[in-house]
Amino acid sequence: MAYDISTNVNDIIQFIVVNIGNEQYGIDINYIDNIVRMQSITRVPKVSPYLRGVINLRGEVIPVMSLRIKMGLEPDEVTKNTRIIIIKMNHESIGLIVDSVKEVVNINMNEVEKVSFDNREDSFVMGIGKQDAGLISLLDLVAVLQE
Amino acid sequence: MDVSQYLDIFLDESKEHLQNLNTQVLALEQDSENMDTINEIFRAAHTFKGMAGTMGYKRMQNLTHDMENVFSEVRNGNLKVNGAMIDVLFQCLDALEEYITNIQDSADEGENDNEPLISALNGLLDGKDEAPKQEKVVESKEAPTPEVKEEPADGKWNSINFNNDEQKALDNAISSGKNIYGLTVVVQDSCLLKAARAFLVFKAIEELGEIIAATPSVQDIEDEKFEFDFSLIVGSEADAGKVQAAVKSVSEIADCIIAPFQVAGETVEEAVVETTEVANVTTEPVKKAAKEESSSANKSQEKKSGSKPQVNRTVRVDIEKLDVLMNLVSELIIAKNSLVSSATAGNKESGGTFNEQIEYLESVTTNLHESVMKVRMVPIESVVNKFPRMIRDLAKKLDKPMELYMSGEETELDRTVVDEIGDPLMHLLRNSADHGLETPDVRISRGKPEVGSIYLDAYQDGNNVVIEVRDDGNGIDIEAVRNKAIERGVVTEEQAMALEEDEVIQLLFSAGFSTAKVVSDVSGRGVGLDVVKSKIEALSGEVEVKTKLGEGTTFIIRLPLTLAIIQALMVVVGDEKYAISLGSIQTIEDISPADIKTVQSKEVINLRGTVIPIIRLDEILDCKSTRDPNENMVAAIVKKGDKLAGLIVDELIGQQEIVIKSMGKYINKCKFISGATILGDGEIALILDANALI
Repeated sequence: MAYDISTNVNDIIQFIVVNIGNEQYGIDINYIDNIVRMQSITRVPKVSPYLRGVINLRGEVIPVMSLRIKMGLEPDEVTKNTRIIIIKMNHESIGLIVDSVKEVVNINMNEVEKVSFDNREDSFVMGIGKQDAGLISLLDLVAVLQE
Repeated sequence: MDVSQYLDIFLDESKEHLQNLNTQVLALEQDSENMDTINEIFRAAHTFKGMAGTMGYKRMQNLTHDMENVFSEVRNGNLKVNGAMIDVLFQCLDALEEYITNIQDSADEGENDNEPLISALNGLLDGKDEAPKQEKVVESKEAPTPEVKEEPADGKWNSINFNNDEQKALDNAISSGKNIYGLTVVVQDSCLLKAARAFLVFKAIEELGEIIAATPSVQDIEDEKFEFDFSLIVGSEADAGKVQAAVKSVSEIADCIIAPFQVAGETVEEAVVETTEVANVTTEPVKKAAKEESSSANKSQEKKSGSKPQVNRTVRVDIEKLDVLMNLVSELIIAKNSLVSSATAGNKESGGTFNEQIEYLESVTTNLHESVMKVRMVPIESVVNKFPRMIRDLAKKLDKPMELYMSGEETELDRTVVDEIGDPLMHLLRNSADHGLETPDVRISRGKPEVGSIYLDAYQDGNNVVIEVRDDGNGIDIEAVRNKAIERGVVTEEQAMALEEDEVIQLLFSAGFSTAKVVSDVSGRGVGLDVVKSKIEALSGEVEVKTKLGEGTTFIIRLPLTLAIIQALMVVVGDEKYAISLGSIQTIEDISPADIKTVQSKEVINLRGTVIPIIRLDEILDCKSTRDPNENMVAAIVKKGDKLAGLIVDELIGQQEIVIKSMGKYINKCKFISGATILGDGEIALILDANALI
C-alpha cells in the first residue's frame, strides 16, 4: 500500500477533511470514489456491528461501515450533514459513514507527524497533519478496513 | 507484418488443434489401423504447422513439420503405428503445449528447440525402410508411380487425380491444341487473405486459359483450406512464361513454378489406375481417406461452431444463438413502440392494451434473459476432453491399467464455471486413479476385472448441473480416515470416535489431509480435496461423497447452471425482504403451530410422512417476526441433495427474476447470505443460501 510515509516524503497529498465526533480526520483523496448523502441501509445479519449493511449505489451493492462504531464511539446520529464516503481500494468499494464533510486540504507529507503516542493495535491514524484549522488525524485506510 | 492482433485467435485455435490431436492420438493407440484417425492427425498437424508458420513461431513449425512428415508416411502406408511412435507423439504434443503456454504468457514460443523429439521423429522416419519393407514391395507392385511421393513440392500437380469432369476438360483442352501446364503457386507466408490472392490468381489464369484441375480442390482453395501453396493444371494457348508472369503479378505471391504437364496418358492414366486398384484391394480405408480429406475440412468447421476451448475471456457463440438474440431485441423494440403509442393514444382504450403490452414486454425480457444466458453457456467438453489423455498417462505412471468412461460432455455450463471446474475435476480423477483403484493383483484377488474403471458423468438436474466422478476401486476406508485424522491432529481421539461415517468422510475435505501412505507425484500431498471443496463452493456448488468399502467411491459435484440471474421466491422476515432461489424450493406449506414437534430439542414437522426439521428464519437472521406465534405459519420447504428443511417466513411476496450482485469482500462473513439483489424500487434484498442453512 502507498502508505509508507517515507517513500512519499516530498509528496503533497490532498485529503478530504471529515468530522467524526469532535475530531477532524483526513482521508486520502486518491482512494475516494464518491461522497453520497445518507440513504437507507439494508442490514446484513451476523456481521460485525460496525458493518451497518449495504446500500445501492447506482446499481452496485456496496457495504457501509460506521467509523464511529469501529472507533468505539457512540453510534451515528443521522443528520442532514451525514455523508457516506465511498472508498475504492484494490477494486473493492466500501462506504464510511461520517458526521460531515468539511473541506479539501493539501498536506505535505514531510510535515506530517507520525503518531508516537500509542502503538495500540486499533490505531487507525497514520499521522497528524497541521493546518490553520487545527490538527487533522490522517486515517490509515488499510487499518480501518482491516477486520 | 504485425501478427499480434491475431494472437488470441492463434492461441484459441492451436489449443483446439492440440486437444484434437490428443484425442486422435489416443484413439490411434486403441486402433492403429484407423485411416480416419490418421488423416485427422495429419490434417491437424498440417494446419498447426501452417498457423505456427504464419505467426512466425519457427520452433513450433519445425516440430509440427516433422510430425506431419511421420504421419504422411503413416498415411501412405510406409510406416506402421506402434507404441514407441505413440509415446513420441504424446511427447511432441506436450512440447507443443509448452510452446503455446509460453506464447500465451509472453507472446514468445521460448528457446526450447526440442531437438531430442525432432531426432526421435526423424528416427521413426528412418526406421521405416527396414521394418515395413514387405508392404512396400507389395505396394509398389500395385502402384507403379512411386515418383509421385518423391516429387518435391513444385511437382505437386502430378498428384492430382482427375475426376470425370476434369478428365473431360483435360481431353478437350488437349484436342483443341492448348498447352497443358502444371503450376504450383506459393503464397507468401505473411499473407493473410490467402483465398483472395488465390482468387486473383485464378482470375489472371482464366484470362489466358482455363483451369482444368486443382489441388487442393478449387472449393477448398476458395475457402482458404490450403497452406501456402496450391497446384493447378492449366490449359492455355499462351506460353509458360506468360502464364507465370500473370500469376506473379498478383501481389503477395512468393513464387510460381510452371512446367509442361505430361499429358501422355501414362502418367495420368496410371495415377487413376493406382487409386482405383488400391481402392479395390484395400477398399474401405483408402476410400474413406479420400472422403475424409474432403470432409475433414467441413468437419473442423462444424466442430468450431460448437464453441470449443478458448483463451482470455471470450466465448464462441453459435450464430443461431445470436440470431435468436437479435430477434428478441427487435421484439423488444416493437414492444417499446407499442407502449409508446398506447401511452400517446391517451386513456381512450388504454387500460386493457396497456396491460397486454406489459405482459408482452415481460415475456420478451424473460426470453431475452434466457438467450443471453445461453450465450454464456459452453459445453464442459472443453475441459473434460483432456482427461482421457491424463488417465492414459497416469495408468502408465502408476502401472495400473485403467479406463476412463465419460458421458454428458455436451452438458453446458456458464463460461465462468467451466473455466474453474477443470482443476477440481482433475484432482478428483487423479484421486480415483491413485487412491481409489487398487493395484491389478489386488483387483484380481478380489475378483474384479484387472482393468480399473473410472467414470465421469455430467448431466443437468433442474437448475443444477451434476458431475459425478466414480471409480470401482477400493472405496474409502472409514477407519483409516478416522485414524489418520487423529494422527494428523485434525480431530482428537474422542471427537473422532463420536463421528458418524458421513462426518468422517467430510474430514477428507479438511486442509492437509491425505490417506495415501506414500506421497507420490500424482497425488498425496493432501492438498487435493480441500482445494476441490473450496473451489466448488466458490462457484456456489457443493461436493458430496458416496463410498462403499471394496466397491468404489463416487464424488458428486453439484453446480448452479448460471451465476448471474436466478428465479427467486421473495419473502418477508420481520420487516426485511429476502430472496430464496426457486431452484432449491420444493413446496410452500401452511403449518399450524400445533404440528411442530421437538426431536432432540430440534423443531420438526411431519409432512406427509417425512420428518422435516424447521428453521425459524427470524431467529437465524436476528430480526423480530411480525407474526402472531399462535397463527398458522408459512414454510418454504427447501431441498439440498436428499435433505429437506422448512424455512419459516412471515410472508410470501412472490416469484421474481433477480440479478445476483456480489456484496464485496468486506461483508462476506455471513455464510448463509450468498449475495444481494436490487429490487425494482431500488431497495436491496439479500439472497438466502438455502444450502448453507440446511
